[in-house]
Amino acid sequence: MSDANSTDQARRKPPQTKYDYSAGPPPVTINMSWCKACNICIALCPTQVFEPDRDGKPVLARQEYCTQCTLCWIHCPDLAITSNYK
Amino acid sequence: MAERERKLLQGNQACVVGAIYAGMRFYAGYPITPSTEVAEGCSRELPRIGGRFIQMEDEIGSIAAIIGASVSGKKAMTATSGPGYSLMVENIGYAYMTETPVVIVNVQRGGPSTGLPTKVSQSDTMQARWGTHGDYNAIAVAPSTVADTVVETIRAFNLAERFRTPVTILLDEVIAHSRSMVEIPQEGDFPIVDRIKPTKPAGRDFMPFEVTENFVSPMASYGDGYRFIVTGLTHDQHGFTTNRADETVVKLEKLRNKITRYEEEIYKQEARWTDDADIILVAYGSAARASLQAAQIAREAGVKVGVIQLYTIWPFPEKPLLDLCAKTKKVIVAELNMGQLVHEVRRVLPGDIDVHSVLRYDGEILTPLQVLEKVDEVM
Amino acid sequence: MATVVKQKSDVVLDYLRPGKKFPSVWCPGCGNGTVMSAIIRAVDKLGYSKDEVVMVSGIGCSSRMPIYLDFSALHTTHGRALAFATGVKFAQPHMKVIVVTGDGDALAIGGNHFIHACRRNIDITAVLINNNIYGMTGGQGSPTTPDAAFSTTTPYGNAEKHFDVCDLAKAAGATYVGRSTVYHAPQLEKQIATALEHRGFALVEAIANCHTYFGRLNRQGDAVAMLNMFKERSVTTAKAKEMTEEELKDKWVIGTLYESTEKSEFCEEYQKLVDRVAKGGR
Repeated sequence: MSDANSTDQARRKPPQTKYDYSAGPPPVTINMSWCKACNICIALCPTQVFEPDRDGKPVLARQEYCTQCTLCWIHCPDLAITSNYK
Repeated sequence: MAERERKLLQGNQACVVGAIYAGMRFYAGYPITPSTEVAEGCSRELPRIGGRFIQMEDEIGSIAAIIGASVSGKKAMTATSGPGYSLMVENIGYAYMTETPVVIVNVQRGGPSTGLPTKVSQSDTMQARWGTHGDYNAIAVAPSTVADTVVETIRAFNLAERFRTPVTILLDEVIAHSRSMVEIPQEGDFPIVDRIKPTKPAGRDFMPFEVTENFVSPMASYGDGYRFIVTGLTHDQHGFTTNRADETVVKLEKLRNKITRYEEEIYKQEARWTDDADIILVAYGSAARASLQAAQIAREAGVKVGVIQLYTIWPFPEKPLLDLCAKTKKVIVAELNMGQLVHEVRRVLPGDIDVHSVLRYDGEILTPLQVLEKVDEVM
Repeated sequence: MATVVKQKSDVVLDYLRPGKKFPSVWCPGCGNGTVMSAIIRAVDKLGYSKDEVVMVSGIGCSSRMPIYLDFSALHTTHGRALAFATGVKFAQPHMKVIVVTGDGDALAIGGNHFIHACRRNIDITAVLINNNIYGMTGGQGSPTTPDAAFSTTTPYGNAEKHFDVCDLAKAAGATYVGRSTVYHAPQLEKQIATALEHRGFALVEAIANCHTYFGRLNRQGDAVAMLNMFKERSVTTAKAKEMTEEELKDKWVIGTLYESTEKSEFCEEYQKLVDRVAKGGR
């Protein structure tokens, strides 16, 4: 789990890498049937990992930027986000 | 056989004796005349036997605490008088809905409002039936002597546990504060009923509010591993809140049927000289004592008067009353209020039986003479 | 491929009541859910078994919580949660009793039970979710509605003064008082965990957003805007020490505000009394 400093760094310096992030498991799993589209995760994410879909629910738009900062799932009022961080 | 222990007890103290005999180990209450001696007795006796006594901040808290204790597996009681009972009715309704066995002692005093704190009354008769809002079937028992109080308190606990429901004991100031010699019951004298514990393992199969054959669900306690929900909202058999019409009907009919189908188990009354009576007196509590005395005096004077003394007030003993009054044409209901029980008696008895009332609501006890005057008037 | 293992984030799912349908009844973005997740993580961190936890609540939005969680649940009447909880705890002192309550539930209709539970110092952990308004009935003013704030029963601004929940609890005799907000969720979780481990009456005030009513009527925006406001307006206890009263006026001091182990816990004290009486003492 990352601390607050690393989230700031992540924002400043996007990771440059040869690895294909989309090949691995997504950093978080979103339970779309529990999500009520409150926008909290989208707004609080320091690295803008999520984009709202047509219904306002989050989709993983830039998952390679996820730093596992925990802000999204720790605030999710509907327990709809779980981290896949190992 | 060993000599039985006898003690000079007040009605309120007798109530404590009966409750502890029945297995009561948790008492929460708030001081109110004329019931306070019940709390005082419990505060003294319960710690001695490992029980718990707590004086709560008000009557609302008292009934809440005993419901909490009851779902935690303790037999629990509170005692109060009319004004306190009025505060309690909110959570008495909660106990009906959540099917929690608790015993509430109402030592009746004059009302409405704070009324006559140190005077006798039976004006909470209807409150014991209809006190809280909504549809439910109440159980209320009523002793008439100090010795009766022991027996009826034990019975109240047994009924509460048997039916998973709150039970009210309708005492009154006269019984509560009278003193007489009482035989202290020994082990084995009275049967003790305990709630049925669930046998099913925890999981989806276990339904805390299951509609069983006799409508009463086995009751787990917190900490038993069932982790069930108790809620005052209308709930399904799993305890989940619901507003579905079909599940609401199941719940409400369960509350009704568990009582109405087994009323015979709850009825208790004593009939004296009713077989050949021209006039039958119907009464409970201290009014029954005046009626018994009056009937005796009348009999000696050759007037055929009978008495039906009610120990169960709610559910109202319809069938027993009909049977016992089958051969009479006149009934007098004696009570310490402006006429409450009499409405029930009128409702139950056929139209060709004259139902009269002898009432007293000045805070004094009904006298045999007053009853006899009414007998004369009706004859 | 990397295998997905159980992490802190999905441990919350283990504590949800089987058979209960989700999502919850709460509005999108409601702080109650965030508090629920913090409670679960606190309980999990402390390693309590589900069987030893009883969750008691009254009436209101927050009070729906016990029905969702796989603990013993007592969902009671309005304001009476602490009185019921007192009965549960006193009857079974080994149980961990958590009361979830709201500002209207605990401080208006349940004010009497609240101060007396504090006074008794009975070992109950009360999580008071303060959203400054009655949410379930549609946004009426509550005892914590700030001065001049709008609600559906204070359409021209609140003329009444409000309670400071933590000051009230401390004055009434609670031996642990903490405050946090739903924005500071990790800290809230820590507060709840500390409160659960505290022997005695512990109060955690969780400041939460009711953007549906309070936010809308007071132009504080949506859930996100309110969370950001909580961030702006909260100061830690350490920082608060260096601030003047004037500077602290519109702030919430978050953290452990009061903790004491001097006062004896009620159930323990009563057990001592029982033991003394058993030996024939007075």
